[in-house]
Amino acid sequence: MVQLMEYSLFTTFFCYLLSTIAFVTAVTGKGSRVGKEVHTRIWGRRGIVLAMIGVALHVVFIVVRVMIGGHFTSNMFEFIAFLCFTIVASFIVIFFLYRTVTLGAFVMPLSVIMLGYASVFPREVEPLIPALQSYWLHIHVTTVALGEGALAVGFVAGLVYLIRWVGDNRMSRTATWLEVIMAVILMVVGFVLTSFIFGAMDYQASFRHSVEGKAVVQEYHMPAIAGPYEGKTVQADSFLGMKEPLFAIPSWMEGKEAARKLNSVIWSVLSGLLLYTVLRLTIRKRIYEMLYPLVKHLNLETVDEISYRAIAIGYPIFTLGGLVFAMIWAHEAWGRFWGNDPKEIWALVTWLFYSAYLHFRLSKGWHGLKSSWMAVGGFVVILINTIFVNLVIAGLHSYA
Amino acid sequence: MENTKCECGHNNPVGTVLCEHCGKPLDERGDRPDQPLDMRYEGKARRSQTKKASLVDRVWNFFSSVKVAIWLILITLVLSALGTVFPQKQFIPSNRPEVYYAQEYGFWGDLYYKLGLYDVYESPVYIALLASIGISLVICSLDRVLPLYKALKNQQVKKSPVFIARQRVTRTETVSSEEKEALLDRLAEQLSRKYYNIRRDGDSILAEKGRFSRWGPYINHIGLILFLFGVLLRHSIPGWYLDETVFVREGETKKLPGLNYYIENKKASAELYDSEEIPMGSKNGQNVVKKYETQAVLYEKNKDTGELKEVKKGSIIVNHPMKYDDVELFQSDFSTETRAIVLNVRDQKKDRIVDTFKVNLFDPKEEYRLKEGLKVTVLDYFPDFALENKRLENGKKVSIPITKSEYPNRPAFIFKVNAPGLKKPEKSWMISGTNLDDVNKENRFAMELKTLKTVNVSGLMVRVDKSLPIIFLGGIISMIGLVMGFFWHHRRVWVRWEEGTLYIGAHTNKNWFGLRRELEDASKKAEYPLSFSPEQR
Ligand code: HEM
Repeated sequence: MVQLMEYSLFTTFFCYLLSTIAFVTAVTGKGSRVGKEVHTRIWGRRGIVLAMIGVALHVVFIVVRVMIGGHFTSNMFEFIAFLCFTIVASFIVIFFLYRTVTLGAFVMPLSVIMLGYASVFPREVEPLIPALQSYWLHIHVTTVALGEGALAVGFVAGLVYLIRWVGDNRMSRTATWLEVIMAVILMVVGFVLTSFIFGAMDYQASFRHSVEGKAVVQEYHMPAIAGPYEGKTVQADSFLGMKEPLFAIPSWMEGKEAARKLNSVIWSVLSGLLLYTVLRLTIRKRIYEMLYPLVKHLNLETVDEISYRAIAIGYPIFTLGGLVFAMIWAHEAWGRFWGNDPKEIWALVTWLFYSAYLHFRLSKGWHGLKSSWMAVGGFVVILINTIFVNLVIAGLHSYA
Repeated sequence: MENTKCECGHNNPVGTVLCEHCGKPLDERGDRPDQPLDMRYEGKARRSQTKKASLVDRVWNFFSSVKVAIWLILITLVLSALGTVFPQKQFIPSNRPEVYYAQEYGFWGDLYYKLGLYDVYESPVYIALLASIGISLVICSLDRVLPLYKALKNQQVKKSPVFIARQRVTRTETVSSEEKEALLDRLAEQLSRKYYNIRRDGDSILAEKGRFSRWGPYINHIGLILFLFGVLLRHSIPGWYLDETVFVREGETKKLPGLNYYIENKKASAELYDSEEIPMGSKNGQNVVKKYETQAVLYEKNKDTGELKEVKKGSIIVNHPMKYDDVELFQSDFSTETRAIVLNVRDQKKDRIVDTFKVNLFDPKEEYRLKEGLKVTVLDYFPDFALENKRLENGKKVSIPITKSEYPNRPAFIFKVNAPGLKKPEKSWMISGTNLDDVNKENRFAMELKTLKTVNVSGLMVRVDKSLPIIFLGGIISMIGLVMGFFWHHRRVWVRWEEGTLYIGAHTNKNWFGLRRELEDASKKAEYPLSFSPEQR
């Protein structure tokens, strides 16, 4: 069983990767033999079929995991992997509504990154604590993730809009900010890559220090650039001759894992910047300029509509899962439908943000550019809630 | 009031953008003929645009503005997010926020406290924001829904060619008068196959579908209003909301605070996962709780006789509260309390146990008479023992024993033991969890802890929330509105033939791509293929 689960996850990842390649081929290839249009259609079909096989295998993974552990969304690995599933599923829906091959060339890489990111977290099946033993957990988390998946597709379409728009307006502020977004995405890629590389090397280090008077040991799986405040090295594998942290974090950074988290962030930023520099030096262009040829044939109005449509599909589903079901469950589990827990508050923030987005679109001049920026911003809010709140602000929902 | 007259002869109220009758744009100022028409609210005048004089009108206009609504939403958003920077008042392990935040988070913590962000969700500003959103929802909906309803109900089939040609999706074709009748028939037929409602008026067609989706946002807003109203009620009507906690020991019956009910705790238990169920290296360690359960009986007290009548019996588990009438009981806390200690008295000279006795920690006796004439007297008892440092007047420091609370968290006793054959009574110290052999080493009789008698205590949340039905009804209505508004679309197609020209124009509130495809398909099936792609415009 466990084998089957591991295999299905691995093949899912592989299908998403192949689908990415197919979609990118579809929009980049010239199709010298069959002509551009036929080429795009054929490779687009291959891409969507691969994505669908991937989703089917992903369902197998989920089913097997439920059979083993009775649940599939209770820790960081499970949730992010599921979010990746909903993103691909929403994309498939949008694809059949709009037949947009180009979008696939952007959504599928995102799903590959997400699945890679998910596997960085511990993958064991953990038993559920009493507060999580409720069928509402599954209903709530699945609907939230389904909604967020559609909203994420809205984000990708927004990004495509921006790349397309910037191609015609190179000297704008939008161009600069778009490049910043690209660099940040590369940092996430960098985080996944460094985690895998050091994981494969089986890098280990641990440091002893004290938190509120108690001695604790922090385990690192990446070489320590930032070490704990007043920490002592217990053991550290050597990395490029480096055995001690380069610096210790200041004392005001609280939390028992603060140093390790900051260290991961530093690695992500550095590796992202490295990737960025290498890319810039090899292609001799800005990243969005490299991507522009993929999107230049697109009609701006249609891209805007796709982004809006994905959000219009995601918003009601998110409302149902993130607020209505969340309140019902919170009521059953804790006796109050609302408790001002950081996770709940950020669900509210996400919802208010998209409500503002929808109302902005009612007024003139908010379609297109501004709207696409808001679609991007909305996804940032979602990421804050799924990642930042879990890892940094602890609350009742914190499971990582 | 002054009216605006259209070329078609219809009198429109001031503020009308598009003639109510034929749809021709009325207000030429600021209108760009090369741009599609602004179709919001069908170009009808709203109250907020027609009346501007009195204070009521100004308040009305303020709250009916979507811009204001967006600001209200955004400010609420920012405040909500700021409230998660540091823990809120209710989550801090201290009841002195004025020092806690500064101590724990320094300058920013102090600022956080001073700005009131430490309790932002209960702050007047936040509540006022929610109330304003509620008012805004009521007013903006009233302001728009009636004009919209009237406009959609009284639609004319025959629209001005200008109106049709200036839709976002539009074609103008030359069609001779011989062809037109059959073409109009075929178009109407094909559109009706796509579930459009068809109305005809001479050479004009109005095809429409999904009008009901236009009410979606308003139904959603009504749901939200109901929700906010419910939240308001629970805080303002006495008896509608109760939030208390009771701690009941096994075997004990306790009154529920503020209610005429009593709860008996028959048995409270905690179950752990088997070690096989926990993966290796689990971050939770090996003791993971599987289940907390209280078997309980709920009684109602008869007001006249004072008798307790059983009304409900069953188990209370996390996620499975006990519900009776309006009262809900939730398993929220579980602990184990030491009720009593059982002590052996050992005669160290003869090295044998003389007797065993039990001390109830909540109600110790003054004196215990044991076998062989042994008499144990309790000189002093500290349920929650601690030592406090004191400085005497002569400057010497001493430690004196105190108790921190009434609860036997760390019971300590000073006993006096007397037995026939003892020259004088012995003093014997006993502090749980501490080895006092040194202190008591002179004694002949030693107190040895045999066992602890423990009892499980359940913490139960007691809730009454009579506004829940209203709140959840609001949520359901809101969801219905959202689904109506987002998963269906309002589409209209106007067709008009006039003097050798066929005008086709279409409007939708969402999903233009789908509308275009639908029109292309319909025109193809009507044997008059037209392209509506945006590039053609
Ligand atoms: C948190 C509170 C609110 C939520 C969640 C909300 C939600 C929505 C949604 C989902 C729509 C549909 C948007 C679309 O079709 O794209 C909508 C439309 C609308 N909302 Fe709100 N709304 C809120 C508050 C308000 C307020 C306070 C106003 C007051 C001015 C307002 C005015 C409108 C208007 C005028 C429409 C357009 C209706 C139409 O298309 O006919 N909303 N609202």
